[in-house]
Amino acid sequence: MALSIVHRVTGIALYFGTLLLAWWLISAASGPTAYAHVQAFTSSFLGRLIVFGYTWALLHHLLSGIRHFFWDLGYGFKASERETMTWGALIGGISLTVLLWIAAYAIGGGR
Amino acid sequence: MSSLESQSAPPRSMRTPLGRVRALGAAHSGTQDFWRQRLTAVANVPLTIAFVVIVVSLLGRNHAAAAQILGSPLVAIIMLLFIGSTAVHMKIGMQVIIEDYVHDEIAKLTLIMANAFFTIAVALACAYGILKLSFGL
Repeated sequence: MALSIVHRVTGIALYFGTLLLAWWLISAASGPTAYAHVQAFTSSFLGRLIVFGYTWALLHHLLSGIRHFFWDLGYGFKASERETMTWGALIGGISLTVLLWIAAYAIGGGR
Repeated sequence: MSSLESQSAPPRSMRTPLGRVRALGAAHSGTQDFWRQRLTAVANVPLTIAFVVIVVSLLGRNHAAAAQILGSPLVAIIMLLFIGSTAVHMKIGMQVIIEDYVHDEIAKLTLIMANAFFTIAVALACAYGILKLSFGL
């Protein structure tokens, strides 16, 4: 598995994704009009795609990062262990993203 | 004393050559970034989960409700911790990537500076938003 690059790529995506977080928080602090602009963007197809991608990047980077805790502590260096943790991060990241969005639609859609 | 010996003598110091370099590594700055990257990584696990819960709880809410929740003490403090820890983490992470792939000295230094400016500016912007919601106008 050569997925360590995915950890970096998701890290880079999250790095620039913080611009979206800053925009959201500043607009919330600015008032209803500015906040409505952000909501219009995040409700659009492109906006949802970006936030969906951000969700996956965040959750994948989180799970993938937990592998590094094991490695830093000196565990999980066997080939089978590396494979298990890497596939776990990959599958876990995608699964959690889908589950979270289902939950988000159930919660947010009800309001 | 021969002239060779006096020329090669190091500046006056009680420290041995080994003592001067011990624990500093190839970067000559020690393991501070390495340690901080792990420290913020550990902090980011619970903070990221809390951040996701906060965002989901705000979905579909209007501005007044979202502003009230984001400005409430517990949520605001968690958000500030998340922003601070994330900013340190991503600054170090991006610097490592730059150092790995950019070998031109001027380009590398420029990008490392830009990285520091970007992360500080984004973190400050986020923190400003949270604090303004917390303390009002």
